Amino acid sequence: MSTVKENLRYSDSHEWVKVDGDIATIGISDYAQHALGDIVYVDMPEVGDEVTAGEDFGAVESVKAASDLISPVSGEVVEINEALEDEPELVNKDAFENWIIKVRLSDPGEVDALLDAAAYAKLCEE
Amino acid sequence: MKYYDKVIFELSRPGRKGYSLPADNFGVDGINEIPSDLLRQEPLDLPEVSEADVVRHYTNLSQKNFGVDTGFYPLGSCTMKYNPKINEEIAAHPAFTALHPSQSEESVQGALELYYNLQRALSSLAGLKEFTLNPYAGAHGELTGLMVMKHYHQSRGDMKRTKVIVPDSAHGTNPASAMVAGFEVVEVKSKPNGSIDVEDLKPLLDDTVAGIMMTNPNTLGMFETEIMEIAKLVHEAGGLLYYDGANLNPLLGKVRPGDMGFDIMHINLHKTFSTPHGGGGPGSGPVGVAEHLTEYLPNPRVVKGEDGKFHITTGDKSLGSVSSFLGNFGVMMKAYAYILTLGKEGIRNVGPLATLNANYIKESLKDDYLLPIEGVCKHEFVFDGLKDKSTGVTTLNVAKRLLDYGFHAPTIYFPLLFHESMMIEPTETESRETLDEFIEVLHKVAKEARETPEDVKNAPLTTPVRKLDETGAAKNPILNYKQLKNAQ
Amino acid sequence: MPHTEADIREMLDRIGVESIDDLYSDVPSEVIFKEEYDIPEAMSEVELRKHFEELGRKNSRLVSFAGRGVYDHYSPSVIPHLLARSEFYTAYTPYQPEISQGTLTYIFEYQSIICELTGMEASNASMYDGSTAAAEAMFMMVASAKKKNRVLVSSTVLPQVVEVMKTYAHFHGVDLTVIPEKDGVTDLDAMREEIAKGDVAGALLPTPNKYGIVEDFTGVADEIHAAKGYLAIYADPSALAVLRTPAGWGADVACGDGQSLGMPMQFGGPYLGFLACSKGMLRKMPGRVVGATTDADGKRAFVLTLQAREQHIRREKATSNICSNQSLMALYATIYVALMGKEGLKEVNRLSCDGAHYLCGKLLETGKFTKVFDRPFLKEFVLETSLDVEKMNKALAEAGFAGPVDLGGGKVEFAVTEQRTREEIDRFVEVIASI
Repeated sequence: MSTVKENLRYSDSHEWVKVDGDIATIGISDYAQHALGDIVYVDMPEVGDEVTAGEDFGAVESVKAASDLISPVSGEVVEINEALEDEPELVNKDAFENWIIKVRLSDPGEVDALLDAAAYAKLCEE
Repeated sequence: MKYYDKVIFELSRPGRKGYSLPADNFGVDGINEIPSDLLRQEPLDLPEVSEADVVRHYTNLSQKNFGVDTGFYPLGSCTMKYNPKINEEIAAHPAFTALHPSQSEESVQGALELYYNLQRALSSLAGLKEFTLNPYAGAHGELTGLMVMKHYHQSRGDMKRTKVIVPDSAHGTNPASAMVAGFEVVEVKSKPNGSIDVEDLKPLLDDTVAGIMMTNPNTLGMFETEIMEIAKLVHEAGGLLYYDGANLNPLLGKVRPGDMGFDIMHINLHKTFSTPHGGGGPGSGPVGVAEHLTEYLPNPRVVKGEDGKFHITTGDKSLGSVSSFLGNFGVMMKAYAYILTLGKEGIRNVGPLATLNANYIKESLKDDYLLPIEGVCKHEFVFDGLKDKSTGVTTLNVAKRLLDYGFHAPTIYFPLLFHESMMIEPTETESRETLDEFIEVLHKVAKEARETPEDVKNAPLTTPVRKLDETGAAKNPILNYKQLKNAQ
Repeated sequence: MPHTEADIREMLDRIGVESIDDLYSDVPSEVIFKEEYDIPEAMSEVELRKHFEELGRKNSRLVSFAGRGVYDHYSPSVIPHLLARSEFYTAYTPYQPEISQGTLTYIFEYQSIICELTGMEASNASMYDGSTAAAEAMFMMVASAKKKNRVLVSSTVLPQVVEVMKTYAHFHGVDLTVIPEKDGVTDLDAMREEIAKGDVAGALLPTPNKYGIVEDFTGVADEIHAAKGYLAIYADPSALAVLRTPAGWGADVACGDGQSLGMPMQFGGPYLGFLACSKGMLRKMPGRVVGATTDADGKRAFVLTLQAREQHIRREKATSNICSNQSLMALYATIYVALMGKEGLKEVNRLSCDGAHYLCGKLLETGKFTKVFDRPFLKEFVLETSLDVEKMNKALAEAGFAGPVDLGGGKVEFAVTEQRTREEIDRFVEVIASI
């Protein structure tokens, strides 16, 4: 069974967001890593790239599937999780601990439109 | 037999030779005239092996392979029919293999006549006005056909048709080809039997739709009975119908795509017309079009002049060229030999007997395997895994167990409409004895699944290698010998 | 088709229908084809052989001095014998690795050979031909250089390759700019001007070029990379045994046509396209890729890998629509290179290059030709002639030769391979001299 972590916001395309000031940390949910299976590659943007809410900023690949990463928020990429370049399987180990990118929010209001943990848990059940 | 697992580089010994070339008696040193910084700077680390080393190595490798000549290959959607040997002999004829593609027309009349006659034969068999044989494979044919579609609309000044409709059950190539051709892909839903849902299609048809891509029979091997209605709706909306020839085999000799209202299609010569798959290619993907589209076909074209001579031409309205020359000519020779061997009457049996074989297997196995769609199928059909789901034996397990029994596996986990898809296509060239043997083995596997499920779950047990680590291969790609040596 | 009448009867009984026509009862009767096909009557094997003999007689087998991307190189006798192993040629794409190690192993060897020749880090299992490989290289550069959509191609790349790139670019929506040539080579100053505009995703340059000239690309890769673009080089793979490699020029992508690796010319195909790249672009490279791994018992084995990039999984988000490769032609190239080895492939180039320089000298001696470019060349060169080209090629054809490729304006392009002996070249020059 996959877990949903409290105090995070979620998109319906299975990304999670944690906001700290104007910085949003983004990863994929435990449900998503389960669905993909063994992750073999995480395609990430470069620091300085702009991401837009609702548009893809990378992809996660397993052996037999690939899934676009859809950004839940807009802003500038300030950091990427370089550990995933060599060890993409970290996402399988702990999807919440092993974030993918950090973004400086250009529109913090976008976060409010995302799902809370309860709503996301319900989505996963369906 | 001894297990063989060498790669050619591991046989190399410095100074060993496998070739013979004439002595250099030109009395000049050409390479010396090229400035040294334009020459290769790094060593050239290629194998140094004898001729006998090479022959044994590749003979040993071949024995680790399963082909149609090894045994039954019921791979759904791939039409693995027998490849007649006379076709290979004919295609190897030096009167054709030694021709340079830029030789004068005068000196290649035989080759052009063959190309032209094959175009005409395919036109007649498909019910379409003209064919180009230039595309190299099925996916390349799809791309070419979609370029014809786009070029047709744009040449008429109709620039807003940017969408192509593709059924959600279609093979992944269809939407990928549409993307490469610069179209936006719109999915139309399938009904539970895999047919296009006409009610779902209707609201999609507006003046932004360039056309629709379809196979018929569809991905489940079922004939699209509403095809005439679909053709009418799409045409009324100003769109064109594209026929993906992947599933042409059951119709060969019985139904022509052009007569069902299709405007553009491709044929896989390596499926329907018996040319070998070659371990993944070369294939050939001729594209046929209805009369109003002929001028948009890719350059160059082969035409017959009034003087009876054959000519290579280019047209101003053509979409451009999609190949260096005239396509995979060597493959065309085999397909043409196949058509001539069957002849106008013999070819009528191809589709019907392929359909007979598929229905025979389906009816013989539906007691043990879950048949989600009842009714006559065409050349192939899909089981949704074993009927008895309590054993925990999956379609993958059954497929791998078949390898132990000397059969190739069916296509598995496609189409995506079912969780445990197992798509079986026997083709017309298999004898009843072969089909019976296959049926018997699949019954046996079903029995094993009930009685000794671990045997099936651990399959394959007898193949040279088993259960490969695909995750490791994707995570740390080792893609050439240097990387392999470093990893060892 | 093996069925007897009795087989068919019994099979229909099992299915529970009366006739084969009943299996088509779901097909609207108006689309059932009832007329006659416009194709010939069936031929026996005896008649078929005669028919193709007759067609073959309408072709002329000529001793070739034509090139422009297709060369009459020597093909060792062993190759067709091994290619005729039907375990190879009657197999499909190796989806079941347990019973496809033959195909998977030779594709791995093929990839290794392409990497060795080009100097690149990764190769795919092959593409259709050189032109389509170049078009895919163009898409790779666009996909890698995020948000830039313009690609440059030198007009010294083979015209059939540029034409296919133009078609793909037009339909896919890539802005393709052709860089002019100057004195037989790419006008690098014109290219620098384009790169300076800052919107270039990549450039594709040839080695050798369409005139057979070996161009100098010193510094080009650095300039493109500085502008955040990529460099692709279209190469003759045989020539890379002696010429500076794409990696040697700093290229990110290498592509070209495998025909020069001993493949029969067979009127334009099948050949193969090769496509290789640096590690950083690996996931943008289309087509099948084979990787090494181990099986459950720890044995070394090969498998299709990085499949998540491909059309059957990514659908409209795939990097390309390609499904197949030219697998059997990849086997051809692999066996060819294995036989020739590192010395043989260099010797092929030395012989071709010496023969070409010898022919060039002899033709100039006739007084009917003048040099067009003063540039280094390998096995192919351009001269201008005072002769009527059509007449010359006709006279050559009557003497059994495929003459040079006509470039128009009195310019002609000759190619020489290791198959052309000094005697053949002398005879060829004699025919021309006597016109």
